[in-house]
Amino acid sequence: MTGEMEGPAPESRQRPAGRRNSQGIRIDPEVEAEREPRQAVISALVEHEPGVLAEVSGLFSRRQFNIESLTVGPTEDESRARMTIVVEEPDPGIEQVKKQLRKLVPAISVRELPADAMRRELALIKVDADRPDRVAAVADMYDATAVDACPETATYEITGSRRKIEAAIEAFSRFGVRELSRTGTTALARGSEFTAAERPIETQVHSPRITSPQPTADDD
Amino acid sequence: MSERATLPPETEEPGPEEGEPTDADGPTAVTNGAEAVVRALENAGVEYAFGVQGGAIMPVYDALYDSAIDHVTMAHEQGAAHAADAFGIVSGEPGVCMATSGPGATNLVTGIADADMDSDPMLALTGQVPTAFVGNDAFQETDTTGVTTPITKTNTFAADPDGVGTDVGEAFALAREGRPGPTLVDLPKDVTNAETDRDPGEPHVPDTYDVQTEADPEIVERAARRIEESSRPVLLLGGGVIKGAASEECRQFAIDHGIPVITTMPGTGAFPEDHELALEGAGMHGTGYANMAISLCDTLIGVGTRFDDRLTGGIETFAPDAEVIHVDIDPAEISKNIHAEYPLVGDAGTVIEQLDAAIEHPPEAAKWRAQCQQWKSEYPMRYDAPDDDPVKPQFVVEALDAATSDRAIVTTGVGQHQMWAWQFWTWTHPRTWVSSHGLGAMGYGLPAAIGARFAADDDQEVVCIDGDGSFLMTLQELSVAVRENLDITVAVLNNEYIGMVRQWQDAFFEGRHAASEYSWMPEFDKLAEAFGAEGFRIDEYDDVAETIEAALAYDGPSVIDVHIDPREDVYPMVPSGGDNSQFALSEDQL
Ligand SMILES: Cc1ncc(C[n+]2csc(CCOP(=O)(O)OP(=O)(O)O)c2C)c(N)n1
Repeated sequence: MTGEMEGPAPESRQRPAGRRNSQGIRIDPEVEAEREPRQAVISALVEHEPGVLAEVSGLFSRRQFNIESLTVGPTEDESRARMTIVVEEPDPGIEQVKKQLRKLVPAISVRELPADAMRRELALIKVDADRPDRVAAVADMYDATAVDACPETATYEITGSRRKIEAAIEAFSRFGVRELSRTGTTALARGSEFTAAERPIETQVHSPRITSPQPTADDD
Repeated sequence: MSERATLPPETEEPGPEEGEPTDADGPTAVTNGAEAVVRALENAGVEYAFGVQGGAIMPVYDALYDSAIDHVTMAHEQGAAHAADAFGIVSGEPGVCMATSGPGATNLVTGIADADMDSDPMLALTGQVPTAFVGNDAFQETDTTGVTTPITKTNTFAADPDGVGTDVGEAFALAREGRPGPTLVDLPKDVTNAETDRDPGEPHVPDTYDVQTEADPEIVERAARRIEESSRPVLLLGGGVIKGAASEECRQFAIDHGIPVITTMPGTGAFPEDHELALEGAGMHGTGYANMAISLCDTLIGVGTRFDDRLTGGIETFAPDAEVIHVDIDPAEISKNIHAEYPLVGDAGTVIEQLDAAIEHPPEAAKWRAQCQQWKSEYPMRYDAPDDDPVKPQFVVEALDAATSDRAIVTTGVGQHQMWAWQFWTWTHPRTWVSSHGLGAMGYGLPAAIGARFAADDDQEVVCIDGDGSFLMTLQELSVAVRENLDITVAVLNNEYIGMVRQWQDAFFEGRHAASEYSWMPEFDKLAEAFGAEGFRIDEYDDVAETIEAALAYDGPSVIDVHIDPREDVYPMVPSGGDNSQFALSEDQL
């Protein structure tokens, strides 16, 4: 069709020397290209009002953030709720998660917790009660508390780090797990430090060229 | 030309007559939720609202009846949302649209999504079924806050008559504060009908809402050093510059430091295109010179831009030699698509002034400026217009530009005509280019022209450059333009094609014109007359100037059906995900 324009053709033009990776970062011979995903625990203090959970979960699905767990519950202040979100993303993705969460009007404060933060999860596990002694022995090993028992099944509660819970499930699995329910991780910062304070802590974005992956310590 | 069709009967206007005494004791106390809603709008200084009546929103309309706010009844709620959006773009204050529950609210959705993509300040008020019915699939019940959560800056279900006025005031304030965007308040009928005497007061954002206006001085210093040392700098101005009223600061900054300027499509008008530093728009249909400069710069100062894919093309090849200084009021835009070595969170004008103060000497960029000039002469924005061909659309755009004042406002639909309007008009003022960028919603042009007309100064012409397909989507709004006697001129660049799709089919689908040819088109000039507007038609070059002049001179809405060359394509073009430096100048280069 018509509409051609004049000028040197594409192949005869000067071209830039560099490139960017798919995360929009200039590839520099000294810095390796794409970032590997890592796990981050993000704590968000939000208004305790209807719709906030839907807004947050909608944000994660809309922007295709990779989420491992999300827990929400009331706090010391009844007008506030705390969400603890475990995400698995490369650094630029984790930065985006935090910034997008902060943008939500009901979000008061959003923070990525340091590697040494206290992280806990609770699981309810219902197993066959064919071999009660052995089941009790495993329960003992993992500090599991019996919460229900009947001739066919026994149900235990286990609290702890994700790793501990996974190990317990593994151990219980040989008895036949009938049902399992896990809460996902909830967390608080250690010491007197605030987990996510009334006022936003990190308003300014820092954008270092290289962020070394933070170890995700399990504290048990 | 025929006589104007008979006007529909005058509706009773709620506004006070001119010269009517105003209440010296201030406003009377509100008595119910609906009055609190209207009071919140009045306190916010709202003058116009665009909407359509309906069951669940009736109490609010009833309260509007006694208000000085002018309500413009639109033909379709999509029109109401686009009109409010354009009002927001031109005035800088949130445009207000209203609709009933269910279909009224869902009809607003396209317009809300458009405002969200383009960060246009807008407040939508929707009626809702009474609280007791919510969740029961009542008549005309739609989960409006659910539907609009991903496309609003924030939305609220107003559950409390005592709080409903404040909800509306907060939503209004949030729509314009920080990065603007659409907000919505869903108003259940029992809440607006319920008694309350709570005056909402002045609109303000919630205490927990924080906006950072000044950038980190340490990063400003580093960015200033980078600019001083650069030899190939480019200033990229986005829509945020216009939203943040920072065009003047940016213009001065570019001139003082001798930095060539590129504008994104929403940033059109942020820098005058008749200035020698102007490289105009970059990206998919940007100029050759802007695309060369953005590809080869060593320092890219992006202000109020979200580095959209239509601008960047493929990320891998976007300004790959450039260190990026990114100024934005929304921290989440920084390093979202393009990594910024210098992240500067803050208000555009404030941060540009911080940078200006920190720069000790301008970059040594004379060679680079000369190179940009050379590209300008190598890749001129010219088109062939042989006399024996049908009228070229670019010629029509230039003729409209020549026939109007510098501050004329242009709205568009979406497609080829939008690109020609963008490329061939010489933009010199902010808030004069009103288009659907991020969403790309056909049908935007006419209702946007209506909204723009209400926000524009009397001496600003309002021209809608539309496509035939786009015009067909919302042309019922002509009835509003006639009823309100709005002075707007619609030029339909009629190629009897879904033109942009046809162009892509020729380029990428072996010319198979699947569902892109209209085998029948109404005569738009006659259609206009049926609505009571003035109709014109252009078939030849000789008609162009004269007809445009007559249409512009007509005091009221006019429509020019311009029969353009149906085979004309838009160039230059960077295909989706392509390398900006490799823009094609014709189909065989794609
Ligand atoms: C609401 C909507 N539907 C579909 C599209 C896809 N689309 C993009 S451009 C275009 C063609 C527009 O045709 P027309 O308005 O006649 O403009 P032209 O390209 O011919 O100038 C279409 C269908 C869109 N952008 N918006």
